[in-house]
Amino acid sequence: MKLTMAQAINACLDQELARDRKIILLGEDVGVDGGVFRVTEGLYAKYGKERVMDTPLAESAIVGTSIGMAAMGLRPVPEIQFDGFSFMAYHQVLCHMARMRNRTRGRFTLPLVLRIPYGGGIKALEHHGEGIESLYIHLPGIVVVAPSTPYEAKGLLASALESKDPVVFLEPKKLYRAYKEEVPEERYTIPLGKARIAKEGKDISMITYGAQTPMVMEAAAELEQEGINPEVVDLRTLNPCDWDTVTESVRKTGRAVVVHEAVKTLGFASEIIARINEKAFYHLQAAPKRVTGWDTIIPLLAGEDYFFPDKSRVKAAVKETMAEK
Amino acid sequence: MARRRVYEGSVDYLQILNEKGVADKKLEPKLSPGILKTMFELMLLTRAYDDKSVKLQRQGRMGTYAPILGQEAVGAAAALALGKDDWVLPTYRETQAYIARGVPLEKLFMYWKGIEEGMNFPEGTNSFPFAIPIGTHLPHAVGIAFALKRAGRKQAMLTFVGDGGTSQGDFHESLNFAGVWQVPLVVVIVNNHWAISVPRSEQSASATLAQKGLGYGIPCIQVDGNDALAVYKAVSDALINARSGKGPTLIEAVTYRMSMHTTADDPTKYRSDKEVNEWKKRDPIERFRKYLQKKKLWTKNYEARAMERFSKQIDEAVAKMEAYKGDPHDMFKYVWSEITDNLKEQMAEMEKFYGAGKP
Ligand SMILES: Cc1ncc(C[n+]2csc(CCOP(=O)(O)OP(=O)(O)O)c2C)c(N)n1
Ligand SMILES: [Mg+2]
Repeated sequence: MKLTMAQAINACLDQELARDRKIILLGEDVGVDGGVFRVTEGLYAKYGKERVMDTPLAESAIVGTSIGMAAMGLRPVPEIQFDGFSFMAYHQVLCHMARMRNRTRGRFTLPLVLRIPYGGGIKALEHHGEGIESLYIHLPGIVVVAPSTPYEAKGLLASALESKDPVVFLEPKKLYRAYKEEVPEERYTIPLGKARIAKEGKDISMITYGAQTPMVMEAAAELEQEGINPEVVDLRTLNPCDWDTVTESVRKTGRAVVVHEAVKTLGFASEIIARINEKAFYHLQAAPKRVTGWDTIIPLLAGEDYFFPDKSRVKAAVKETMAEK
Repeated sequence: MARRRVYEGSVDYLQILNEKGVADKKLEPKLSPGILKTMFELMLLTRAYDDKSVKLQRQGRMGTYAPILGQEAVGAAAALALGKDDWVLPTYRETQAYIARGVPLEKLFMYWKGIEEGMNFPEGTNSFPFAIPIGTHLPHAVGIAFALKRAGRKQAMLTFVGDGGTSQGDFHESLNFAGVWQVPLVVVIVNNHWAISVPRSEQSASATLAQKGLGYGIPCIQVDGNDALAVYKAVSDALINARSGKGPTLIEAVTYRMSMHTTADDPTKYRSDKEVNEWKKRDPIERFRKYLQKKKLWTKNYEARAMERFSKQIDEAVAKMEAYKGDPHDMFKYVWSEITDNLKEQMAEMEKFYGAGKP
């Protein structure tokens, strides 16, 4: 079946709700309305209000109650409506979600999946398009996942719903409805913690994840026309990250460009390049580069196109890296 | 006695103008024809500006917009109760309060178009830009009220929050602080019955939202939010108390969101036409028009001339919004007090790519 990413996530949630009675969806407008992005469409009608719950408007309580439910063996799937409102629950994530296993020496664990639509590029309102992944990657104890295609989203979410650890599942808004692709109807899983080579190549490693992946793939295809053969690494899980796949690719190509839309300073590219330096330094033929959002507040919608990395910046970075001897 | 009652609370409901536009003689405030007409005209202008905003969004000339339709009275009457030196911090659905404070219309259009300059309000309007993250502005309102109190010039602060917003921790923490600090603050809960698709009944198990003030030792009242006179009276009284050192007040204005949550929403998915039609009968503008007519302050011609003025004012504001040429460099200029070397470098890089404008 050809599905958009929103539909693929919906199909996954549907299958998982049917498979595991412990799963409960909760959040603002996820029930009757089917979610502001239509990701939970139809699930309220099918599974009822005990399992697909519209909550009062309070992110802290949505995540906090999920923590209590998960500790008692349920598998809640709280949704934060937009990334910019995840901060209202951040203290719950940082103080509790990330630490429960550690501080109880494994007595209590939190098998929950916190779904957050993330990133910009859909011309939405202020605070509706934030690159927030670093804030979550920075918290040991949490698995951070960012799918890049409809197929990937379905398989990764299915795995997240079996995870023993709390997962922050970052859904790229920009890709929710960007395109459809073939997604198997039957259940399948894609392992967490494993990156994927989205395109094989030999000249340079383009490393990215989530929202930027299709754009980077396009850039890679165009570069190939121009005689450069890039490899594209889609990280899938940002923490714990599959550093082996990253360093293996860079050892092979000797060059790297990292792409994400979050701000440059302490964006995930900082960590990725540090790892490359630690593990593949002597294989490098050029200084690694990153193409990221600027170190600014994300502009409101009229100016947002000037903020996000695009093909022109990505291709230029690749060419500059290739030009280094 | 081992067991005795230690607290009892109650909440009043205030309606002055009924749905037919008839005022309760005992409750009717003595307002000059001037202020009554200003109130009516602000509601008319609000509806026209609101209607234009939805159209602009539909035509792709503006971004996502949150319609005010049906709620004109709350923001208009409350803001008109403010004194010149008072301050206001509304939500995205009471932008008519800005109009009352003299914020130029083009600023509002610009904000909704996604231009930061739309939040740069002129001096003297004593208005803060609204916060998109629900309820997060309420602690600021308490802090602003604290500063006003400390300045000692008998000023008050007015803020708003939706029924949905009353569920946020910030709402409760703010009321608690306001009560403890006894700041000159008036909080108006705009209960429009819906928080996107979540009905009032599922937002809180309490019978009224006003009664939440009781828990924090704050006087509270519920008013008919489609009755501009009731809103005006309740807010005026609360502001007088605030200015004279009697502390905060919580007011629940009961109204109804006649339109979609935002232009990105489809309310037919979660609510019935029947409910919406019931509320049509309680239209705040229709009601006020009848009231003015009875007072011989309204004629068809008077309204037609006012509408002509407003549509000209709106067209001029739209033209200004559309003439505004945003400069992508501005993104770098206000992050810190000075542009850092790091940002200068990034700005140069941006120029290299998009110097001639974004394709
Ligand atoms: C902290 C936060 N969470 C979620 C949202 C998304 N959102 C925008 S408006 C809204 C409902 C608000 O309802 P209410 O407070 O009743 O105000 P109304 O829109 O009815 O005026 C929601 C959930 C948000 N803006 N901020
Ligand atoms: Mg509401």
